[in-house]
Amino acid sequence: MDQSIFLILLQDGVVNGAIYALLALCLVMVFAVTRVILIPQGELVSFAALTYATLDTGHVPASLYLLGGLGGAAFLRAAWAKRGTALLWLAVETLVLPAGIAGVTVWLAPQKPGVAVEVLLALAITAPLAPYLYRLAFQPLANASVLVLLVASVGAHLALGGLGLLIFGPEGSRGPGFSTAMLSLGDQVVPGQSLWILGLTLTAMAGLYLFFEFTLLGTALRAVAVNRLGARLVGIRTEQAGLIAFTLAGILGALSGVLVAPLTTIYYDSGFLIGLKGFVAAIVGGLASYPLAVLAALVVGLVESFSAFWASAFKEVIVFTVIIPVLLWRSWRHQDLEDEE
Amino acid sequence: MTLRWAIPALALCVVLPWLPGLPLFWVTLANLIGISAIVVTGLVVLTGIGGMTSFAQASFLGFGAYTTAILSTRYGLNPWLGLPAAMAAAGLAAAAIGAITLRLKAHYLALGTIAWSVSLFFLFGNLDILGRNDGISAIPPLTIAGFRLVDVRLSATLIGVSVVGVIAATHNLLDSRWGRAIRALRGGAMAAASCGVDIARARMLAFVYAALLAGLAGWLFAHLQRAVNPTPFGLYAGIQYLLMAVVGGAAYLPGALLGSALVVIVNDRLQDWLPKLLGTSGNFEIIAFGLLLVLVLQVAPEGLWPHITRRRRHTHPRPIAAMALPKRVAAQANRAFEVANLRRNFGGLVAVADLSFTLAPGELLALIGPNGAGKSTSFNLLTGVTRPSAGTVHLMGRDVTGLSAPAMAEGGVARSFQHVKLVAGMSVIENVALGAHLRGHASPLRSILRLDRAEEARQFAEAATQLAHVGLGDLADRPATSLALGQQRIVEIARALAADPAVLLLDEPAAGLRHAEKQVLAALLRRLAASGMAILLVEHDMDFVMNLADRLVVMDFGTVIAEGPPEQIRQNPAVIEAYLGGVA
Repeated sequence: MDQSIFLILLQDGVVNGAIYALLALCLVMVFAVTRVILIPQGELVSFAALTYATLDTGHVPASLYLLGGLGGAAFLRAAWAKRGTALLWLAVETLVLPAGIAGVTVWLAPQKPGVAVEVLLALAITAPLAPYLYRLAFQPLANASVLVLLVASVGAHLALGGLGLLIFGPEGSRGPGFSTAMLSLGDQVVPGQSLWILGLTLTAMAGLYLFFEFTLLGTALRAVAVNRLGARLVGIRTEQAGLIAFTLAGILGALSGVLVAPLTTIYYDSGFLIGLKGFVAAIVGGLASYPLAVLAALVVGLVESFSAFWASAFKEVIVFTVIIPVLLWRSWRHQDLEDEE
Repeated sequence: MTLRWAIPALALCVVLPWLPGLPLFWVTLANLIGISAIVVTGLVVLTGIGGMTSFAQASFLGFGAYTTAILSTRYGLNPWLGLPAAMAAAGLAAAAIGAITLRLKAHYLALGTIAWSVSLFFLFGNLDILGRNDGISAIPPLTIAGFRLVDVRLSATLIGVSVVGVIAATHNLLDSRWGRAIRALRGGAMAAASCGVDIARARMLAFVYAALLAGLAGWLFAHLQRAVNPTPFGLYAGIQYLLMAVVGGAAYLPGALLGSALVVIVNDRLQDWLPKLLGTSGNFEIIAFGLLLVLVLQVAPEGLWPHITRRRRHTHPRPIAAMALPKRVAAQANRAFEVANLRRNFGGLVAVADLSFTLAPGELLALIGPNGAGKSTSFNLLTGVTRPSAGTVHLMGRDVTGLSAPAMAEGGVARSFQHVKLVAGMSVIENVALGAHLRGHASPLRSILRLDRAEEARQFAEAATQLAHVGLGDLADRPATSLALGQQRIVEIARALAADPAVLLLDEPAAGLRHAEKQVLAALLRRLAASGMAILLVEHDMDFVMNLADRLVVMDFGTVIAEGPPEQIRQNPAVIEAYLGGVA
């Protein structure tokens, strides 16, 4: 391997690692606030990427059906559970919002409004799926064990994966780059897209940091993460916190999808593997540490790009085996006996 | 439950497939159900009963299937010899993976299974020796006396017999010494460890057992399908097995069959209907399965089986007149417990600074002190739950400092818990029999083969004796957690006694007891002490302690502030100050 190949692989690894980092952050956050291990995060990535790619062809994306359907189902589920209170807000959130987004999309899509608007539309269509999912699948299980929530999460992943196949079909597509510029750094060429990815990822991380450190809502979410019962006692509604965590995860998941769409052809099920790599990173961080998760995500990206070069057939095997030494280390640290339920 | 159903079931396996007019298609479906049920039975033991969620059972199926496929196609090995090889491969893989992951917290473990299941799927699909994504074809069928088992109805008999065998074996395993250990893993691991159960070994046992069953299913699969490729061994297949367990009822053996049947049949119908309905083909059934999984967890988290049957408790008369279990040969020591300068820090916090006392056989010693004095930590140090930072503990003259909870139990320490830890889902007498775990020696294999009955009878006789001893003999067959709190505390004492301990440690045994119950308990403890047992109790109830204990050790801020007989302690100014905040 010469230096230029090394640099290309390095660049590849960092760019992919940035996307995994974004996903890993969401997973850590959602787990901390709701104890849900968000496997369906990967579907959000796929859906956003495919929606973005469809919008770019000037067609109305079929994911609008999904948005309307999940929104309607979430309305019915929540209305049934609540029996009448605050129905108006619920209706705005789960019925009016999707209708509005659909209206705007149908109006704008045929006009090919350009990359920036398409990105925003793709985010608007995909991100609300996450809070709807929370209302449908997880809120009714809010008091269940982590394990039950994980199994439910896998169920949601299956259902969404199947719906993705139904809506987008088995063909993959690729979205347009945010920028076609090519910067040369010495004899190394850096595509503008990579810079966009790094820039937006860093911005998103900074935004998350500011949100959690300096806003009341962010502090409330952190309180729920540290102590659910305590948070409830001081008047924080944990279901509201869960809804916000899922919304954030929806936005960042969709953003990752839009960012990854120009890099590679995305199929309805591609997001799952991408999401799982975010997981490997999140697990390295113990599902608790944000900086560790980001660092681990970069390592995962690098391991992936270098193993793709040396042993491409075994790329995935190697990436998912990275987790084993980590688990080993964790299991040696975790020697105490305790009863879990 | 006895195994009387097994013989008619075996007869049905032989006869049913040959019913005239039975469509072969149904037989094929039944075969699929049977193979799935074998895998899911393993999951019931592992996940539903043992509390370890695995999304990766399909990978073990793969180990079994590929092993026998390679041996029979490349090396021409007789397919029957592939069976032990397939099970060994799956079992060894599980042992290796388990060694790495089994000590993890429950959800890490489950996530870990997702990661390595994906990893193994890609490995199966990229190894040349496994034929990459095309897999291995032309696998020879099984033969019996030169007769090739290619007819699905013959296969059905083979699979049926396997299912019956697997359910019987699993039933036997669960109804044994190690089975009780596995049943205690979920929510009762600390209690089991205090009875001497090696928790890591019990977890490994459940994990490997489930993998062995998956290996068996993989062997059947390979020789019946006659071809293998990576798809049926991927993560999706693994999730589907878990779905079957959850739908059927993950903690119930019949749930394995029920869940497998439901999911396989629904799967088949959906694969037929959905493409017609949607006008396009694809594995859309996963939408329904995903929804089903979430819905079952929300509506019927225990699965369907408990909703179908009213759970009747079968109370079988246990042979009370079995030979008594061997007694501990106690080293003659005039000090049962000798604790010197015991210390434990948690970071900067010193929970126990300097604890020293001795406990003689036949003595009733009470450890008391205000809240936060370090009593609970001391208790944990003496029972092996927590390791001391410094100091020594001698048990019957032997240095036991820093030993684990099971090792302490083996040395002769038995305990009760402040917050009662009886295993839910087991009867009172089974809980007490768990206490006698170390007094039995039957291996899991002997239990599966039902060769452990004589020893089991002796363990249950011991359990019945101890229950009678504490006055709860007539509640033996009740579900343990249905008892009143006070009674549950007494059951814990019976469980501790079943271990034939040299030292009995009781953590607030009188809490939650009514006055009359306390008197009965006090009488029992006096009797035990009179028979030579050393008893240490931590207690808040001063009346109870002062009238019962021979001697008291009073702790405050992690150190002993007074020691002596009750009347002396009552007058001790340091004790009065600790409890009442001094005389103002």
